[in-house]
Amino acid sequence: MKEFDAKLPVHRDIQTQNDYIPDDIPSDLFVKAPLDQKKSEEISTPSMSFWQEAFQRLTKNKGAMISLVLLLLLIVMALIGPSMNEFTYREQNLAHSNMPPKVAGLEWMGFDGIDANGVNQYAERDVATNYWFGTDEFGRDLWTRVWKGTQISLFIALVAAALDLVIGVIYGGISSFYGGRVDNVMQRIIEVLMGIPNLIVIILFILVLEPGIRSIILAMIITGWVGMARVVRGQVLQLKGQEFVLASRTLGASNGRLIWKHLMPNVMGPVIVTVMFTIPTAIFFEAFLSFIGLGLQAPLASLGVLIEDGYKSMRYFPYKLIYPALVISIIMICFNLLADGLRDALDPKMKK
Amino acid sequence: MKNTVLKVEDLHVSFKTQTGKITAVRGVNFELKKGETLAIVGESGSGKSVTAKSIMRLLPKSTTEITKGDILYDDKSLLKLSNKQITDIRGSEISMVFQDPMTSLNPTMKVGKQIMEGLQRHQSMSKAQARERALEMLKLVGIPKAEMRLDNYPHQFSGGMRQRVVIALALACNPKVLIADEPTTALDVTIQAQILDLMKDLQKKTDTAIILITHDLGVVANMADRVAVMYGGKIVEQGTLDEIFYNPQHPYTLGLLQSMPKMNEDRSQPLLPIAGSPPNLATLGEGCAFAARCPHAMKVCHTYTPRDTVVGNDHHTAACWLQDPRASKTETEEVLVVN
Amino acid sequence: MKRYFVQRIGYMLITLFIIVTATFFLMQLLPGTPFTNPEKLTAQQLTVLNAKYGLDQPVAIQYIRYLGNLVQGDLGYSFQHEGRTVSSMISTRIGPSAFIGLQALVIGAILGLVLGIISALKHNSIFDYGSVALAVIGMSIPSFVFAALLQYYVGVKLEWLPVALWEGYSSTLLPSIALSVTVTATVARFIRSEMLEVLGQDYVITARAKGMKENQVIVKHVVRNALIPVVTMLGPLAVSIMTGTLVIEKIFSVPGLGEQFTLSILVLDYSVIMGITIFYSALFIFVVFVVDIIYGFLDPRINYKGESA
Repeated sequence: MKEFDAKLPVHRDIQTQNDYIPDDIPSDLFVKAPLDQKKSEEISTPSMSFWQEAFQRLTKNKGAMISLVLLLLLIVMALIGPSMNEFTYREQNLAHSNMPPKVAGLEWMGFDGIDANGVNQYAERDVATNYWFGTDEFGRDLWTRVWKGTQISLFIALVAAALDLVIGVIYGGISSFYGGRVDNVMQRIIEVLMGIPNLIVIILFILVLEPGIRSIILAMIITGWVGMARVVRGQVLQLKGQEFVLASRTLGASNGRLIWKHLMPNVMGPVIVTVMFTIPTAIFFEAFLSFIGLGLQAPLASLGVLIEDGYKSMRYFPYKLIYPALVISIIMICFNLLADGLRDALDPKMKK
Repeated sequence: MKNTVLKVEDLHVSFKTQTGKITAVRGVNFELKKGETLAIVGESGSGKSVTAKSIMRLLPKSTTEITKGDILYDDKSLLKLSNKQITDIRGSEISMVFQDPMTSLNPTMKVGKQIMEGLQRHQSMSKAQARERALEMLKLVGIPKAEMRLDNYPHQFSGGMRQRVVIALALACNPKVLIADEPTTALDVTIQAQILDLMKDLQKKTDTAIILITHDLGVVANMADRVAVMYGGKIVEQGTLDEIFYNPQHPYTLGLLQSMPKMNEDRSQPLLPIAGSPPNLATLGEGCAFAARCPHAMKVCHTYTPRDTVVGNDHHTAACWLQDPRASKTETEEVLVVN
Repeated sequence: MKRYFVQRIGYMLITLFIIVTATFFLMQLLPGTPFTNPEKLTAQQLTVLNAKYGLDQPVAIQYIRYLGNLVQGDLGYSFQHEGRTVSSMISTRIGPSAFIGLQALVIGAILGLVLGIISALKHNSIFDYGSVALAVIGMSIPSFVFAALLQYYVGVKLEWLPVALWEGYSSTLLPSIALSVTVTATVARFIRSEMLEVLGQDYVITARAKGMKENQVIVKHVVRNALIPVVTMLGPLAVSIMTGTLVIEKIFSVPGLGEQFTLSILVLDYSVIMGITIFYSALFIFVVFVVDIIYGFLDPRINYKGESA
């Protein structure tokens, strides 16, 4: 218990924490000076749109940003790589078959033109031109083929993802927007399709169709759109029940306005994320098909074809396997990281 | 006679965030006496829940830090206890009831088991004994067919019934202090009253001291013996229920009371909201945290932090410059007249 | 509950029927006949063979006959292996596939759980970052790329384990490890995010407020609740393992179902392709069904009225 101070009956320190405050605060400070409320309301953080905020979150994600840069780099290489030297992806030169990789100046990194048996093939066979990634058994330049293969693999994946997107959004949109019996029937169809392992379907369709880029894309979208349709339907159904949509309806918004102004922006996030996850899956399927011999036919190259070729002769020419394997791995990792980052940025709640 | 069970002294709690350190609790003082109910009132973000969790040491160590102050339970510092010692106290000496009964019970464990866990932990009871006691507790909190309900999962209970289970769980070991963090906020109004009555009733039987954390002045009026009003991480006014409700000395307390609808008053009088928005704890500096929203703010309020000042009798304190003798009398009068 | 089961089984049968039908007619569309591939056959021999396998009948009759046989578990005869039934080929081949598949599942699940749980408990530590990075890499690198590299470095270069030789237990290790990478990564990521979610739940704070010791809280409340949803991963994991076996068995010369499938595709052995397709699909549908049932038992909130409570 502290002593009662008789001199100042209504003013007494009961704590010591504020001792630093001089007791002789000038009396003229005790003048009414309330802040203008309107002003103080204004002093708040600047408002940002959803997309600005999402973008800011994404730029903070180091993994996603590095992946984005790497992917852009790989896309650029896929476009210009094949024309960076004088070779084409199909031109054979049997005299220069199975040349190990050699880059002038990078000999210390293993680009020294020495094969698995320690023989310098360039000196041995008196080859003057350097093959940066080496050559295959027909003497085709692997540098050109790897980048050409990257180009084709990316092309297949992007087109397949884009088609999945279109079909999925239309199907999921119709199903959820109309609801009722339409939705019921459309959902039953999806349920049956979901029950089928899609790789099996893809393999069967590839067997029937003429092998080629178009067939691979077609086979992949036969089942690929289902996931997208489900995402879109789930999102729209969830949004439809939410108050802001109801509010906007009450205010007399038309269906078109509702879809464009309210549903679209909110569905966009998960859709973008789903597309980003579809792309690496498509790249995987293409490579997988090529690896079991159902992919593109020679002389066309895709990453899967190159890996399959490389695998067959990896015992003696490991470089044939390593470069395409490296490229496909980097692409897959980067797309997954970027998709992860986008998911976290666009919808912090959608994790998993 | 030693009456005080819990004493919080100059408590400061900080959070580490990506943008820097935020001090959520900045110098909280209060005492809790045996068998009494202390209500801590404040807006969300005023630091009341953080204070409660600091007492239980339930704040995550990785992101929070008690930078200053002490918490004394039975004259022992809770902050200096080892992890083992604090777990011995949690649930047996000091218990807690949380806001949302929908999420505060483990969904995949039978409620009986959830009550028994604490008993087996603290009272070294056998399984059968613990089950007996759990049953007794469920009956005590008024759950019908308690025998059968022991083996139910939380989702098989309604919200009000779940909160009863949570209270049974918290009181199973006869704690001396019960911290109830917004125990009725998530419930329907009719259920709220039932739960409050239950808590009052049990308090009489067990003589447990309760810290009731709420933003609902109605709940406070119903339950509390004493009231502490928090704003911006500080207790700005503290006193008995009557002192706070009928003789508020801090403009924030006054604002809170004026913004609450009353039963027997002229309905044509509009409710008076407190203008402005709660303070941003990250940017709060010297001066009174409420100054920016205070209609009676003086120059001094923006630059110097007001001290806790005893008002009237010994228990009633307010941290406000209007209590300073140098403040113009008319200012002080004005506040009191409005009241 | 009974209604739910009946409904689910109904769906399974419809799905399977659609798969069988689609597979059958896709096979009809295939270019060439099953006998164009191997050694030259005379026209007379072809007629005899076609008659023997019923290929001279109209498609509709063949289809109905196939369905009829299928109901009795008869998947027909291989077109390439004289006199062998598809069922017998599947049953002799399923052993090695099941063995390496299950072994991969066990390795992957254990490793994944350990990595994921520690990762969540040491959230934002170096260990956490490391295992998250490993998980992303493990999920991203195609299993056959990993298998090929594994075979080259561990098998060819280091000569630790046998390569492309199916002999004894040691030869099951490399294929199982190659298959388990995706499983490990998927499980680790999944359990980590589940754990983090559960760790943030109010009931964990309740458990701590009860005075439970931290390791009890983790084991009884956090891990238990985080493990339940992991069961739902079994479906996708089974698919990834089945998919994986197709290529991994080819790489490591495992005499399993996957290798048979890829071989049959190359020689266009229609009936075997069909048989294995149907077998894989049925297995997949069954696994998903079983997983749903198990999940219902583990999570008291599921009541089989289609929705969770």
